[in-house]
Amino acid sequence: MELKELINIAEQQRNNAKKIRIRCCSAAGCISSDSPAVKKGLENAVKAAGLEDSIEVASVGCMKFCGRGPLVQIDPIGTIYEQVKPEDTASIVAALNDQEAEVTATVGDENHPFFSHQKTIVLENSGHIDPQKIEEYIAAGGYQQLYRVIYEKTPEAVIDEITRSGLRGRGGAGYPTGLKWATVAKMDSQQKYVICNADEGDPGAFMDRAVLESDPHKVLEGMAIAAYAIGANAGYIYIRAEYPLAIDRLQKAIKQAKKLGILGSQIFDSAFDFKIEIRVGAGAYVCGEETALIASIEGKRGNPRPRPPYPAQSGLWGYPTLINNVESFANIAPIVREGAEWYSSIGTEKSKGTKVFALTGKVKNTGLIEVPMGTTLREIVYEMGGGIPDGGVVKAVQTGGPSGGCIPASEIDTPVDYENLRKLGTIVGSGGIIVIDNQTNMVDVAKFYMEFSEQESCGKCVPCRAGTVQMHELLTKIFDRKATLADLDKLEALCRMVKDMSLCGLGQTAPNPVLSTLRFFREEYLELIGDNQELRFNPTIVSKHLSGVSHR
Amino acid sequence: MSVKTLTINGELISARAGDTILQAAKDNGIYIPTLCHLEGLSDIGACRMCMVEVEGINKLLSACVTEVAEGMVVATNTEKLKEYRRMNMELIFAEGNHTCAVCVANSNCELQDTAVAVGMEHTRFSYRFPDRGVDLSHPQFGIDRNRCILCTRCVRVCDEIEGAHVWDIANRGEEAEIVSGLNQPWGEVDACTACGKCVNACPTGAISYKGSSVAVMQRDRGRIPFLAAAREKQQWTR
Repeated sequence: MELKELINIAEQQRNNAKKIRIRCCSAAGCISSDSPAVKKGLENAVKAAGLEDSIEVASVGCMKFCGRGPLVQIDPIGTIYEQVKPEDTASIVAALNDQEAEVTATVGDENHPFFSHQKTIVLENSGHIDPQKIEEYIAAGGYQQLYRVIYEKTPEAVIDEITRSGLRGRGGAGYPTGLKWATVAKMDSQQKYVICNADEGDPGAFMDRAVLESDPHKVLEGMAIAAYAIGANAGYIYIRAEYPLAIDRLQKAIKQAKKLGILGSQIFDSAFDFKIEIRVGAGAYVCGEETALIASIEGKRGNPRPRPPYPAQSGLWGYPTLINNVESFANIAPIVREGAEWYSSIGTEKSKGTKVFALTGKVKNTGLIEVPMGTTLREIVYEMGGGIPDGGVVKAVQTGGPSGGCIPASEIDTPVDYENLRKLGTIVGSGGIIVIDNQTNMVDVAKFYMEFSEQESCGKCVPCRAGTVQMHELLTKIFDRKATLADLDKLEALCRMVKDMSLCGLGQTAPNPVLSTLRFFREEYLELIGDNQELRFNPTIVSKHLSGVSHR
Repeated sequence: MSVKTLTINGELISARAGDTILQAAKDNGIYIPTLCHLEGLSDIGACRMCMVEVEGINKLLSACVTEVAEGMVVATNTEKLKEYRRMNMELIFAEGNHTCAVCVANSNCELQDTAVAVGMEHTRFSYRFPDRGVDLSHPQFGIDRNRCILCTRCVRVCDEIEGAHVWDIANRGEEAEIVSGLNQPWGEVDACTACGKCVNACPTGAISYKGSSVAVMQRDRGRIPFLAAAREKQQWTR
């Protein structure tokens, strides 16, 4: 395959395009609300009207406004229909010819801030192309960057480009991607690996799933560019079994790319080989931790191990391994295409580019948003999210899942980036934003996340295995109004200890939801504790108690 | 062989390059509490008892898996570490059924000794009283999983020294437990050679010789390090 052939495929695809294209969402969210039947209905309606020559019905990836699915959008006019039912489809097709015809489906506002505030890089193709057709990805400019990189750039130049772009790991920790690549590239080894971490498991997070279901080739291209840059010839995508649709589409995508000579041996007839295999996780959250993930790929129990050595030095089967998250890889092709300066012009001083968030919880508009780093939470929650339904009041915003914390409503003007969220005791994390209203008790929120961490602890190290159990028990005791101030002290001491002593990120961050709610919502803990007294003798409590008693 | 010099608790010491902080400390008579470490086996950094502070690194490191470096400044016994270790030990005692008075290992127990060494007298956490079962199907040995602290020394000794890999871990979190064979009764596991290495490796009363009574079981603590040294360094005598 040469560049000319690639461009030919793209041109052919564009020439075959029909006048009108009806895009029907086929990502997991919309499928669960019956979008396949909607698509079938649209196809039948087009056929019945005899318009097959001028209208195309396409299955596309996530159209972002998940809360209002199934979504259907018409090109080129841009009209978007929400919550489309199969019986609405005839009227949608009829309206394409007859302006007067009445459409029974709800017409959405394609200029709503939910859409207009987005800046799509990772999701640029999402909702536009058919994820199951490599030709559509190629028509959107796909795989040209991989070609360019192989023939026009040295590995060093690619790493330099990524470093200058300022891209930071989108898996949560925000480690500079270019630096990670450079470290692995410098390792002297015959064999190196690239791993894509698609074990997205935070409650309320579905960004990576959407990317993989909507634009799998983009992730493959990013991985291939990374492999070229660091000198790897094999890669793995570690994806959780709970994402069957994403797995299916990835498998198809890998097969298609292989067939065209874009993956596998001698890519684009160059000396560069890169094959990708999929490994399916068996449902352990901790396998998103890189050392546990690597153990799991090796066929071992998915337990983390102490670092160093970092995977960059000794990873999969002891070889230097680059491990990045889905979203990080999805950013690579656009950065190579548009240049580091372009990418670093977006975002804040230390956090460049955009971030995809899954906006959920007590908010009117739920779905997927991609916004520049530095967008304020107010913009996200009120303008894009439309605030809380039924006029409720925002109490807090949870980010970073079980490793993150809650940002109180008073800090809602905080621009979202790695540093600002860290200052507030939470993290950007993989990108779940859960809006919490004033009906929710924050102790309950902390308890929920602690229960999650307790259940997902692998059991290897003591602080996490036994500590999360005790913290959950103490939180339950507080929530049930049975705790005393001594229990709260115990909880805080335990939080600090588990944070400092645990082996891996899961345990080290498990106390975060408690620490963060204690920081901003301590009064809710105190209120639940009330004037409960410790039963055993405690001089300070007794003296406090006695000070209010008059001596007779 | 290159040598590194480092400071532990203000004391300047030398260590072989590639040694762990734990090894270096031990060679110089500095005590760092451990549970999952056993000389002769690979180290996994799981029990977190050996955590130390290293100047310039903002997180605690486990001494058993951290290699010494030139000029490293290590503190093994700060107030914070002491408090954390004690609390860690309290968590261990709350999570299992560690009732010394009725245990075969009483007074010959590494867990007990380490608890004393870190100054743990009672646990402030609530006891979980697990019921993980007792397996007495093996003709010579028995395992009481309620006394297990999941140090995985039995798993490693059976895999690394004996080469039988009878033991492994099943489930996760609080439910994690040591299983034999394919989660069969120990007595039915054909791979078991009845060598007794796991009994010698176990730091608590979890794995014991059958027929031993409360506080009378003696283990051969030096056996595993001896076997490892014999194999690796050809030192055939103890």
